[in-house]
Order: sequence, then C-alpha cells, then structure tokens
Amino acid sequence: MDLSVQIGSLRLTNPLIAASGCFGYGVEYADSVDLSSLGGVAVKGLFLNPREGHPPPRIVETPAGMLNAIGLQGIGVHRFIREKMPELRARRATVVVNICGSTLDEYVELARILSDVEGVGALELNISCPNIKEGGITFGCSLTGTYDVVNGVRKVTRLPIIPKLTPNVTDVASFARASEDAGADAVSLVNTFLAMAIDVETRRPKLSNIVGGLSGPAIRPIAVRMVYECRQMVKIPIVGMGGIADARDVLEFMLAGATAVQVGTANFVDPFIWTKLLAGLEDYMARHQVARITDLIGALDTGAREKEWTSS
Amino acid sequence: MPIDVEAPVIDNRRLSGEYNVLALAAPGIAAQARPGQFVMVKVGHGHDPLLRRPFSVFEILRDASGTPTGLTILNKQVGVSTSRLFDAAPGQRISCLGPLGKPFTVDPPGEAWMVAGGVGLAPFALLAEVLHARGTAMTLFYGARKAGELFYLDFFAQLGVRLILTTEDGSRGERGRVTGPLEREFAARPASAPVLTYACGPEGMLAAVARVAARADRPCEVSVERVMGCGMGGCYSCVIPVRGDDGQPHNVRSCIAGPVFAGDAIVWE
Repeated sequence: MDLSVQIGSLRLTNPLIAASGCFGYGVEYADSVDLSSLGGVAVKGLFLNPREGHPPPRIVETPAGMLNAIGLQGIGVHRFIREKMPELRARRATVVVNICGSTLDEYVELARILSDVEGVGALELNISCPNIKEGGITFGCSLTGTYDVVNGVRKVTRLPIIPKLTPNVTDVASFARASEDAGADAVSLVNTFLAMAIDVETRRPKLSNIVGGLSGPAIRPIAVRMVYECRQMVKIPIVGMGGIADARDVLEFMLAGATAVQVGTANFVDPFIWTKLLAGLEDYMARHQVARITDLIGALDTGAREKEWTSS
Repeated sequence: MPIDVEAPVIDNRRLSGEYNVLALAAPGIAAQARPGQFVMVKVGHGHDPLLRRPFSVFEILRDASGTPTGLTILNKQVGVSTSRLFDAAPGQRISCLGPLGKPFTVDPPGEAWMVAGGVGLAPFALLAEVLHARGTAMTLFYGARKAGELFYLDFFAQLGVRLILTTEDGSRGERGRVTGPLEREFAARPASAPVLTYACGPEGMLAAVARVAARADRPCEVSVERVMGCGMGGCYSCVIPVRGDDGQPHNVRSCIAGPVFAGDAIVWE
C-alpha cells in the first residue's frame, strides 16, 4: 500500500501534515509523536523578528469549533533556525516552514534565508491570518497581492512554495489560480473563517482581539467545497484543511481534490491522532482495494447519485 | 511522557452542590504524576464541547501494595464540561491525557506553606502527601467563600498539616482573604527560617501572595490557570507574561513552561 504523495519536488511519505499554528514548532510533540511518521510538520508562522502576539483570552470554544486570535506570537526566523531546526532534523521531520510578512520584502527575505537551511522541505506562505492588521491577509485578499508575494518568493527560492489561502474572499479559486500563475507549487486551504463570539452577560467580546478565526469540525463542509472549487480551477496540488478529525474527513478532502491535508484543531483534542488517521486510511484503502492513495485524489464521482437513481 | 487513556470513572464523590472529586482509573498517568502537574480531560467523543479541560492531579490512588491505580481531580461545576464531570457515573469512560506541565519543587529547605483559594486546593493534596513522606513541616492557608466550601480538612490534618482557614463571610476561620494571615505569619517568622510558599487559586490571590512573599524576601511558587487549548504547547492560547533575561515581559505558554512558576517571574497585570 502506497500512501506517499508529491508536492512539487517534495515527497511526503503520507498525506498528513500537522497544520501551522496548531503544532508549535513541532519539537513540543517530539517526545509524544514520531515526527518522521507524519507526512509533514508545518511549523508556527514566522516573521523575521520575534512577536509577542495578542493578550489573552486568545481562544474560545464555539459549537463544534473554536475561535482563535493568537496574533502570530513567535520567536522569529533566526531563533527558529538556531533553536528548533537541529531537533527537527534529528527527528527526521519533513519540515514545512510557514512564513509571514508585513511587507513583500519580508516574505522574500524570509524565503532567501530559509532556502539555505538544511532540512527545510517547503515554504508555506501565510497570506491569510485573519488576526493581524498589517501584511499577511492584505496580500491574501487581493489577487495582485497574492500574485506579487508568490512571484517575489519564487524568484529567490527553489523550495516548493505553498501559499496558504484565506476563505474570507468571494472566490477562493481565483486566488488559487493567481498563485499558480505566479509559480506556486501548490496551494493550501483553508485558513480560518473570520468570526466573533460575545458574552451576553457582560456584553464583552470573548476574545481580547474582538474577532478571531473559526476552525474545527464546524467549518469542514465549507472547506471541502472550497477545495473542490479550486480543483476545477488549478492543476497544481492542493493541501486541504478545515476541521479534519478522523480518517473519513481526510478522504473527503482527497476525493474533493486535495493531494495532502493538514490537521490542526483535532490535534489539540488528541495529540495521538496521527496513528489513528493512518490506520483509518490504510483500512479504507484495503476495503476499497486502492493500492496508491494518489488514486483517490479528485476521485469524486459526481455522477453517482444519478446512477443509483436510474439503476433502482 | 504524557499518555492518553480512556479512564473508567471509579468513584464520583460530591463535596457540595458545586464541587466533586472524580476518581479515574488511569494507573499509567498516576505512576508518573508529580505534585503540580495536570491532566487534560474530555467527557465523550462528540464535537461539542470540542476541547479538553485542564485539571490538577488532586490525589494519586494506590492499591494495598502501594502501586498507583488511578488519580482524582477536584472539579467545580461552572460550564458544560465541568457539569458533565459533576454528573459522571462510575464505569463511564473519560479521556485523560497526562501528566503534563512543570511540577512544584518538592524539596524545600525548610517549611512548606501552601496557599489555596477555592478550587485552587487542587494541587495540594498530592503535594502534602509527598512532603509528608519527606517529613517537611507544612501549613495550609486555605480560603473559601464560606465554611461549606472548605474541603478535605481532615485529610490535611491527618498528614500533620497546620491549617489556617479564612472565609469571605466569616462562617469559619478568619473573615477575609487568605493573604491576611499569610502576611502575619511571615512577620512572625525570623528571616533566617527557610520557608517555601506554594500558591494556587484566582490570579488576584496569586499576585497578592507573590507580593507578600517578595516583601518578606521569601521564595514562592504559584500554579496558574489560563484558558488552555491543548496542554502540550501546540496552540499558544494559555500564555502568561513572564520577565525574560532582558528584564522585559514575554508571553510564555503556561502549559509547558508552567503551570508552576516562580511568583516573582510573572509580570502580574
């Protein structure tokens, strides 16, 4: 049974990637989880410099989901390379570095720096964090901004580039297209949905940042639909995410057109989810006699309902 | 290393209309847990509520030979998850992940003073047991809203813990906050007598204890509780400002850098 998938020049041993912002820098989990057993580890978003992020409360639970407004707290790219990369290399993790910029130049500089670092497998471009005002989402909500960031980074790196797209736009597929046109190797989607929760007793927002990003099972059907829409629009691989909590959810994204997936919020609930997801995928492949998991990518049968109807 | 078990409920002992002690058969976690560490608990496998909740390891349960068989948590009913834990029935399985976090220092050079506010009693039963085994002299400063919310007094008394109680309504012990008697006890002790203070409770109380201990030039360890998503360092939600080497406050994750911190390390708001 072959679970490996390909994202540009990067081969993943399986399609499961720990989602950025949900797995620290990976090293936090190294004693509990065999990092090399994951398809990839997308580390917490990095700017050039350290950031403190937003004051608490930074998360709040909502039905079948959660809002977060962490504010991209992080140690900056230099400390990451110095303090985290050695262990990630030693644990043989496939590292996807998520980078964030306040300016186009910052993305380019981050890409340039990381291109020379041994063990970096790919760059995920965070142009979609809903929780910070400057940069990031400004690029991700503009087709030309998206094109410019991807194109700028493309010029300085041979690493696979994966822009992470926001769902908070009218037509996410057009952003996937802009990314492809600019030379992206893949796109990942979706980041969180901009959302809000209010304590009616105190009349105060439940997050210090007032608004935050919604993740978890609540968003999964919308995310699957968006992956499906992007699949029609681009040829490059899609990394699907949004509320995946079990192997069937992984398969849903892959059938809709995702080559790989990221798991975020569910890892908070169950840090040992990875072996369960892999076992579930293998069970499905055995039951459906699928030798290569790539055979499932975009294998959605939209004619099925009609066939069932006519054959009965 | 933390493990995750579907722990059967052994016993659910109601302490009041709001508080209960839930005993979980989690021997693997119990065998590793040290005072001040916590577990992340979830009732059921549904998506609502979605996340686990953090609880201090309250007691370690042992069989006749002393082998750990499980642990207890001290629960106060405040929301959906805590209500389910309040209503949990023996035999029901509850996901229990742990042990997590940095424990208390358990080799104080002299006396140990524990300061608990309300449900902040949670880490002190296990700490008292461990310190009792070392022969450490202990005092528990324990404050609650009213007499009916002071629990486990016999338990601590049996371990030889000196009890200093306060209630907000004066129905038992001294009326007022727990920091009042703490301040007096510090004043009464010669500065040469080493005392390590441990505190757990509302953040306002922790800040006050840290201030009182600092004024008395005594070390103090506090166990904080912030809104926590994962307990493993993954989500960055449970941060608290801690003074760094540069003298500036930096947000650190209370799940992995804590929940126990030196009282003077935290930049209290």
